[in-house]
This record gives sequence, C-alpha cells and structure tokens, in this order.
Amino acid sequence: MKRTGPRGLADLGLCMLVAAAWPAAIVSSQTPRSGYTYLSEATRQLQDDDFANPGMLWVDKGLRLWTQAAGSAAQSCQSCHGQARESMRSVAARYPAYSPAIGHVINLEQQINRCRVLRLKVSALSYESEDLLALTAFISHQAKGLPMQVRIDGPAASSFARGKTFFYRRRGQFNLSCANCHEQHVGSRLHGELITQGQINGFPIYRELWQTMGSTHRMFTWCNQAVRAEPYTPGSQIYVDLELFERWRGQSLPIEAPAVRR
Amino acid sequence: MPNSRIKVPKNAKAGDNIEIRAMIMHPMENGYNFDTQGTTIPVHIITDFVCTYDGAEVVRIQLQPGLSANPYFSFFLTATQSGPVDFTWTDQDGTITKNSATLLVT
Repeated sequence: MKRTGPRGLADLGLCMLVAAAWPAAIVSSQTPRSGYTYLSEATRQLQDDDFANPGMLWVDKGLRLWTQAAGSAAQSCQSCHGQARESMRSVAARYPAYSPAIGHVINLEQQINRCRVLRLKVSALSYESEDLLALTAFISHQAKGLPMQVRIDGPAASSFARGKTFFYRRRGQFNLSCANCHEQHVGSRLHGELITQGQINGFPIYRELWQTMGSTHRMFTWCNQAVRAEPYTPGSQIYVDLELFERWRGQSLPIEAPAVRR
Repeated sequence: MPNSRIKVPKNAKAGDNIEIRAMIMHPMENGYNFDTQGTTIPVHIITDFVCTYDGAEVVRIQLQPGLSANPYFSFFLTATQSGPVDFTWTDQDGTITKNSATLLVT
C-alpha cells in the first residue's frame, strides 16, 4: 500500500533511532583494514625489512634509553621492568588505558612520562620529542603482531564516548568529520592518494611525507589541519580519547609499530 | 652523535660477495623547508660516507642536499681476509659518526 499521509510519530521515532544508531552500525559493518594494505609494494617492502625500515632507528634509540640509567635515582626503565621483550610484550596493545592513580584515561606516551617523573626522577619528555618517540616506538615494537585490545568499559567508558563523538563531529572550514573520509569514502581517492580507514595500529609511524617519526597525535593534528580545523595540542585529553576510540575501532588488527606510511 | 645502524655478516667464505648495509638517523635538511614561523631551515646534511674494510677504503659517497632523510646505503663487498669493517659519516659541521663490525673470513 502506498502511503500518502504525513509521517507518523512512530516513523519519526524510527528515524531518530536509526540516526542515533548509524555510527555504531557503520563501524561494526566495516572490517578493520590496516593502512599497510593501502600502501605501494615498495613502501610495504620498506616496512617489512627490519633493517631498512627507518622506524627501526628510533626503536634502536629507544632500547638505548630503556637501558640507560638517568636522574638522581640512577635508575633506568630496565631496573624496574627488566627485559622489555617479556615485560613490555603486550603493553602497547592495551593502551590507552584508564589509570586509577590519575583518574582518567592516559596513553602510552603519558605513561612513559609518568614513569620517568615518579620512578626515574627526571623531567617528563616533551610530546613529539625524539626521545619520547623513540621510547614509544621501542615499547610498541615489543607488541608487534599482537592484536590491539583496549578496554572501553567501566571508567574508560566516558573517555570512549568523547572520542567517538569527536570522530563523528564535523569540524573545520571544510566541515568534515573523521568519519566522512575514513568510513564513508574508504578506498576513494583524494588527489592521488587512496583514502584509508585511518587505523592506528602501526603508530608511532615513520611517515615519508614528514621524513621522520610521528605519534598518533601528530597525525591527528595533521588531519585536523587538513580539513582546516584548529588542531588540539598533542597530548591533550581529547586526542587521548580519540586515540582510545580509534584503537577500539581497529581492534584485532595486529600492531605493526614502527610502520612506514606515505 | 646520531644513531646509526649497520649490517655486516659475522662470517663469510673467502671470495664471497657479501651485502653490507648502513643507515644513519639524520634530517638531511635541504634548505628549502620552512619552520612554523616561516623562517627558512638552513641546510643540514651529511656530506661524506666512507666504508673501509681491513683498513682499505671500499666505498666513498659524497652526499648532496637532494637526498631524503636517514640515508641508507647497501653495497656488496668481496670477502678476502678477516678484519674490521668501519663506517664513518661526516656531517657538514664536521660531526663524525663511527660504527664498526668485525668480519670473520674462513
């Protein structure tokens, strides 16, 4: 039967329900696909080669920092944690995580800095500094191959919700949300580049465009600027929340750090 | 001193062609980039890369500003006798980075 009358309240209700549910529906209907699969053959080979991968320079440096005693306590990361191969094996897979001591969700970089200040008695490394990237790359590299598994329940739930809101909210002069590209136009081209799902399983990454290593937050900043939005400060809580949402979104994807991206 | 990575096989048979790989962490600024304030970032590059095998020079490369960051070189060497394989990178400011490995030829 063809309906001609005005829409009833029930229809409106249904519409609202669909509107409320669509982000979740789209996320779950998309199989996570690593950024690696969108790369050219040459870049993939560069990432797979454990020597030629430039990110390994940072991993090497991270190992040096890991074992190097520093500060008035003359302690190193290794003094407490021992061999990173065992103790750090799965750490990167579960961060960002809720920290009961701080009372909110923190990411790996912030945990490293917390350890430095509390245990090593040295100053925190600035976000995006070479040393912090090196340590993050080194620790994330230990979890290579493990699926990302972050907790979004309990105390992390509010953080996750904020991250999700950020992902779906339009911003900037281009009025684009993360989802507009990284969900709705995955596989299309933006200039010559393929649009990926924007998964963060390889971070910190060696980005060919930057000619250096970059953290997840540097990428967020870059993306925000690309849609002509005012970026947040790397290390800010909203980016940590977004990072949590992004990790959840790509859950089960294996960690590739240090990945090479274009 | 910048971080460097080298790969030299531990053992080789005399007469073998062995692959040597070397990489260094360096921004290789070409002088055409600007910082956030719009100021030009001056040229900052590595100018020379030298590899010696048992004291004799086997590879010398002069680097120019057009190269990408973290220059990576790989080349082949004919193993003749046991000895050290030394790598030296020289910065434009004269900063020298050294790395070394010992090759055992049987």
